[in-house]
Amino acid sequence: MNALRRWLDTDLAYSLRQSPLAMGAALVAFICLFCAVFAGWVAPQDPFDLATLELADARQPPIWLEGGSAKYWLGTDDQGRDILSAVIYGARISLIVGLSSVLLSMVIGVALGLVSGFLGGWIDAALMRLCDVMLSFPAILVALLIAGVGRALFPQAHTSVAFGVLITSITLTGWVQYARTVRGSTLIERDKEYVQAARLIGVSPMRILRRHILPNVLGPVLVLGTIQVATAILTEATLSFLGVGVPPTSPSLGTLIRIGNDYLFSGEWWITVFPGAMLVLIALSTNLLGDWLRDALNPRLR
Amino acid sequence: MNEDALVRVEGLSKTFDLSPSWLSRLLRGGAKQRLHAVDEVSFEIPRGTTLALVGESGCGKSTLARLLVGLHEPSRGRALFDGQDVHQTLGGADAGPLRQRVQMIFQDPFASLDPRWTVGQIITEPLIEQKILAPGASLEQRLQELLAVVGLSASDAKRFPHQFSGGQRQRISIARALASEPDFLVCDEPTSALDVSVQAQVLNLMRDLQRQRGLTYLFISHNLAVVRYVSDAVGVMYLGRLVEWAPRARLFSDPQHPYTRMLLDAIPKLRNTGQARTPVQGEVPDPLNPPSGCAFNPRCPHANDRCRTERPLLQGTPAGRVACHAVAEGRIGVS
Amino acid sequence: MSLLEVKDLVVEFPSRRGVLRALDGISFTIEKGEILGVVGESGAGKSLTGAAIIGLLDPPGRIASGQIRLNGERIDQLPEAALRSIRGRRIGAVFQDPLASLDPLYSVGAQLIETIRTHLPLDPNAARLRAIALLEETGIPAASQRIDHFPHQFSGGMRQRVVIALALAAEPQLIIADEPTTALDVSIQAQVIGLLKRICRDRGAAVMLITHDMGVIAETCDRVAVMYAGRIVEVGPVQDVIHSPAHPYTAGLMACIPDLETDRERLAQIEGAMPRLDAIPNGCAFHPRCPRALPRCAVDRPELLAGGATQAACWLLAS
Repeated sequence: MNALRRWLDTDLAYSLRQSPLAMGAALVAFICLFCAVFAGWVAPQDPFDLATLELADARQPPIWLEGGSAKYWLGTDDQGRDILSAVIYGARISLIVGLSSVLLSMVIGVALGLVSGFLGGWIDAALMRLCDVMLSFPAILVALLIAGVGRALFPQAHTSVAFGVLITSITLTGWVQYARTVRGSTLIERDKEYVQAARLIGVSPMRILRRHILPNVLGPVLVLGTIQVATAILTEATLSFLGVGVPPTSPSLGTLIRIGNDYLFSGEWWITVFPGAMLVLIALSTNLLGDWLRDALNPRLR
Repeated sequence: MNEDALVRVEGLSKTFDLSPSWLSRLLRGGAKQRLHAVDEVSFEIPRGTTLALVGESGCGKSTLARLLVGLHEPSRGRALFDGQDVHQTLGGADAGPLRQRVQMIFQDPFASLDPRWTVGQIITEPLIEQKILAPGASLEQRLQELLAVVGLSASDAKRFPHQFSGGQRQRISIARALASEPDFLVCDEPTSALDVSVQAQVLNLMRDLQRQRGLTYLFISHNLAVVRYVSDAVGVMYLGRLVEWAPRARLFSDPQHPYTRMLLDAIPKLRNTGQARTPVQGEVPDPLNPPSGCAFNPRCPHANDRCRTERPLLQGTPAGRVACHAVAEGRIGVS
Repeated sequence: MSLLEVKDLVVEFPSRRGVLRALDGISFTIEKGEILGVVGESGAGKSLTGAAIIGLLDPPGRIASGQIRLNGERIDQLPEAALRSIRGRRIGAVFQDPLASLDPLYSVGAQLIETIRTHLPLDPNAARLRAIALLEETGIPAASQRIDHFPHQFSGGMRQRVVIALALAAEPQLIIADEPTTALDVSIQAQVIGLLKRICRDRGAAVMLITHDMGVIAETCDRVAVMYAGRIVEVGPVQDVIHSPAHPYTAGLMACIPDLETDRERLAQIEGAMPRLDAIPNGCAFHPRCPRALPRCAVDRPELLAGGATQAACWLLAS
């Protein structure tokens, strides 16, 4: 409680309170996260438990339209699955994939950026050329390529392997940004006098990197990460929409959108629109949060 | 040479290679560019005294400071601390004890403290890193002692650097430097970024510490008035070379080198209001392209042909040394 | 009528911790052709004073009350367009960092000509000739060639001369110079100070020289105003303020400056530190640190009172 009170008193919290948009975005993002984590308690039914499905209820419209019922707030799909539950569970998959790939990208990117900036020389040059090469490939194509390779290697894909391949492909498209940003900040911090003071004391380069430089370059990384969550989730959605993302047994929002796409023209628009809306909501709120974070951190960095 | 010298520097030089990459040179045919930041500097500092190094930007005093504490490797020459070669010792197994005895205070109070560490962590880092004390009661006690010595309070240990003023941050730097009980402190413009009243506090503190603990200082500054207050001996640097060295009283009453005279003359004085002074010639030349012979010759009113071709050596007695042909030849009278 | 008259100027910054008064009722005048020094330590508000006069306060800072008059006309409440025509034409500015004052992408000549033509009705050729003349006046050798060089091709001292030329381009009556020599070497400092003085005499322009360096003030200024915690604590002819200061802060300041000419056993110091803007004491802002504080000092804020040749805001002069 004390720690919370202290945090609320900081400049960051004050800046959050100044911006209703950021607070709204934070609230929305928090709700999505909460629903995703506690999907089992929040969702009215488990849409992937075939035993609970009633085929007779298939293709029901949302509650406010004629034909809808209170049992299925957002209607059902062609198999009788509750759309609301499907959206919640789908969001969970999307968030898991999105967050873990962002986290992995961060770890890889920050580590490489630190090494590159601190050591300089040919290591720095080589890593930066690698970054340049990676950036010249469009993210989706890289992800498609890796996903395709993965499927070829593991045709009888176990679910977790399929997830692993998907997360790997999104990770590999995202780490470059962190590496570059961190390298730039590291170059600046490396020449500052507090680093020289540490060298003077005899601190080893590894410890200097870890204990002095790393904490001081993390600011922009967090901003990037927040914005990248949206990108990662959208990338995953695109891949799933194309059919090369998550396995069909664990549909993410992208999968749901694809499934619903077929029914768009037969009038059952709710099957695709609500997963789409949820996707937009998550992406928008994390983007807005990222924007606010970047501006809030900026004057202090100055 | 004085045998009681704690620090002795012999022909110390540092050259930086600032050439463009070999590919650029291949394609565009540029020459290699070398910066002689420190060029054959020799002096000694007796135990318990303060040597001040003065000079303007580009004179190499900061590079020299970093050479003395091992942050740079010398290109030629050597620096000796208590008889041991600094660079060799720091690269070997005995580095620990040397690191404890030699410490540095930096110029920028904002950049010399890690903004993410608490003051307590900053001050005790040398103790932990050099394994003098392990985290625990005795470490805490030492921290409190150090805070008290520099005039900070016990509760300051939990705060962060940005919560302090410039003067207080320099005190934190001083506390950190004192943690391992050093014998020799290299101070790189420690008060240049501070207000006058804060500067007075910090300078007085440093003087008191020197008296109480028998510390030896190398004090680097561009402010000759401050140097007059703190130093026992003064060295004047120009474009990487030591052009004059004298005990303090002698340097200020009877400066020999034309550059020293020019510097002393150029400083605005509180008493001389509105008086016309000898106009100062030119500016410090590009260190990448120093003049031939004596580096000061383009700006020197006494330069002759020998000055333009032959570099003067630092010559003299413990009463004063100058690197100037005009002085050696007796061409400059006593001013 | 004074060239510049500032009366009861108050500058405020709304912030998290309430409204901070960075300048609290500043009043002073500058006569034509005079060099007024504004001296003080960091946080005293001297740069803010210059910024307020020329209309360059960083938001959310704003002028809360008071008047600034140039040649009798009020300039503190003018809209931005009118201010822009005053800036450069009637008030010129020289800031601390010459590298930041010059646009690295344009030649020195281009920047000079742009300023000249913005304020004066000259055709490009006449403007160029005038620019060359300005560069020569500020001591740049080979001005007719160097006019086409870029800022990075000049050394620090030369750049500052270019900035001074820029400030002079439209023949202003007042130049505000904010720490113009702080970033320069000592030997160059002397040259630039000499240049400023000469230009003032030759052109009859007035200068407001803002600095923390008392030595520069002693060399250059006719009168000096000492600032502390957003207030002016002493003002008067430069020799009198330096050698017989009436205010204890000024006296303390002079005592703790190391002297080039004499040896001192110990530097005097002023205990404590300048108060932060959100913690300015009641009454006289200096009284907690003052060795001669009276009981009244903690309660009433003193106005500028006459004390010998200077004026000081100190109750010690009231008796």
